[in-house]
Amino acid sequence: MGSHPVEPDAGSGAAVDFTEVQQTEQFKELRKRHRSFVFPMAVFFLLWYFAYVLLADYAHEFMATPVFGNINVGIILGLLQFVSTFAITMWYVSYANRRLDPIAANLRHELEEAAPEVFVDPSGGKK
Amino acid sequence: MSIITAAGIRVPLQTAEVTTVGSPVLNIAIFGLFVAITLVIVLRASRNNKTAADYYAAGRSFTGGQNGTAIAGDYLSAASFLGIVGAIAINGYDGFLYSIGFLVAWLVALLLVAELLRNTGKFTMADVLSFRLKQRPVRIAAAITTLAVCFFYLLAQMAGAGGLVSLLLGINDRLGQSIVITVVGVLMIMYVLIGGMKGTTWVQIIKACLLIAGAFIMTIWVLALHGFNLSTLLGAAIETSGNAAITSPGLQYGLTSITRLDFLSLALALVLGTAALPHVLMRFYTVPTAKEARRSVVWAIWLIGAFYLFTLILGYGASALIGSERILGAPGGVNSAAPLLAYELGGSILLGLISAVAFATILAVVAGLTITAAASFAHDIYASVIRKDRVDPDGEVKVARRTVVVIGLVSIAGGIGAQGQNVAFLVALAFAVAASANLPTILYSLFWKRFNTQGAIWSMYGGLGSAILLIALSPVVSGGEKSMIQGADFSVFPLSNPGIVSIPLAFFLGWLGTVLSRTTEDPMKQAEMEVRSLTGVGAEKATDH
Repeated sequence: MGSHPVEPDAGSGAAVDFTEVQQTEQFKELRKRHRSFVFPMAVFFLLWYFAYVLLADYAHEFMATPVFGNINVGIILGLLQFVSTFAITMWYVSYANRRLDPIAANLRHELEEAAPEVFVDPSGGKK
Repeated sequence: MSIITAAGIRVPLQTAEVTTVGSPVLNIAIFGLFVAITLVIVLRASRNNKTAADYYAAGRSFTGGQNGTAIAGDYLSAASFLGIVGAIAINGYDGFLYSIGFLVAWLVALLLVAELLRNTGKFTMADVLSFRLKQRPVRIAAAITTLAVCFFYLLAQMAGAGGLVSLLLGINDRLGQSIVITVVGVLMIMYVLIGGMKGTTWVQIIKACLLIAGAFIMTIWVLALHGFNLSTLLGAAIETSGNAAITSPGLQYGLTSITRLDFLSLALALVLGTAALPHVLMRFYTVPTAKEARRSVVWAIWLIGAFYLFTLILGYGASALIGSERILGAPGGVNSAAPLLAYELGGSILLGLISAVAFATILAVVAGLTITAAASFAHDIYASVIRKDRVDPDGEVKVARRTVVVIGLVSIAGGIGAQGQNVAFLVALAFAVAASANLPTILYSLFWKRFNTQGAIWSMYGGLGSAILLIALSPVVSGGEKSMIQGADFSVFPLSNPGIVSIPLAFFLGWLGTVLSRTTEDPMKQAEMEVRSLTGVGAEKATDH
């Protein structure tokens, strides 16, 4: 591993106009795609988590309602928290692979080609 | 008061005679074997530790899968294993609530923090927070909050070590436990000094595999005894405890309106604390790309999620097969549920294995925390602030190594002082401090263009200060049965977890400080941070083009 990535605070910004990059359609699209997924999703899982917490905290009888055998609503809702966490994880990974990574890689390559002296380390790797 | 002593537990009528279970010699032998094997691995891993990036970030050479396993190793501390199994065994459903908070919290890390942070930082959280703000004040603040969170977390782990040995080695007196804490501390200093981040990461990986495998075997065993039927297991737990309420919430936190509010506060701290734990954040720097950082979190979520499902079974299994009276009567109290269950199932051998794993857990987590704290001090305070970046990386690593020794000694002293405190509970306090002091600034600086230095400073110091002040004024410190300071009562704040006040306050202060400040930050830097965080430009090695 000869190369050590990132020296972000080394003042490398001087050679590249990041505000310009920030204004490109491609970057705006990337930011929009990222935020339009992660923000609603974060709001959703936090609401669902706190709804569950409030039920567990203040609705004991409801949570104790038997469903089958000794399994009650509380156990099922608790296990559903696990299920939703796993599901959101897989959903995000597939979304990021399809919708975010290609644009990000594209932008990264363009930037690296436009200003190799900033991003590409002479020893071969990237800086 | 600690979660364990909260009422709803039937205190055993007579103190069970203090006995150890299993064979202390066997326990020590298995643990010694673990130490020997990991030390060899740490030594081998450390051979090519040359630069600062090697020492702090393991040369960014780990894959997502390896790093995800190490994250799980860092995260599944003794509190998770002993604390949660014990809490479920005694308090039933309310213990389960801990695991859910600990797991769901990873979505914050996955969606909002991990990749962006990986792309903008170098070694520490302060790298990211000070990226586009004024270096000096923000770095100092971030380093202070990092050290504070690490300190709380370290206390919890060291206290756990003391409790564990009382059960496993039959050492019940304070002096004996203090000696064991010292041994743990010294071993940990050795790991971190020699191995750096690479060695520490390997210790985490090995330990995570052992812990998850051990919990898995016990889970299958418990399920097999109950016909692989969750309902039967719950029925057996209800029968042994004689209390049908253990399968539904409320035993521990449902008592009064204060305990309910306390639970809400805890839930908030758990879900928002994870993505702000400095030792977890630092792990994102050990992988080469943002994509690997994402993979790490995904691995971690699967492993951690599976593990918490195991603890649910183990907790109710302990409740069914052992019963709360025997657990509470054993030396080590509630934390002894998992080792007792291991003994019940597989005798001395399984007990020895599980105990060695639990002990290794403490050792590995302590090592991870120590390297984080040392990196923060050497990189953020010494190199950037004191020496104003006029120090070569070798000098910085030298300082980091010295810091490791100091932190090791401090945590030994703190651990001896914190003996007898409940482990899961102390960890929850660390989460509250992290969520208050770090998370608002992390999120604002990643997502809010206008955010500025004054906002960061107000939020970090305000969050840290209010969290610590509220803990100091809570029943944890004084006025309760199990308070740290006995015989005094200055507990003005009724909740034992400060999160519900300090977290919103820190978010508010970050906003207020920003809008009241007349200085604006460099828009170029903001643009650079945003572009770098989303594209990973400059932060990745040449890939496939």
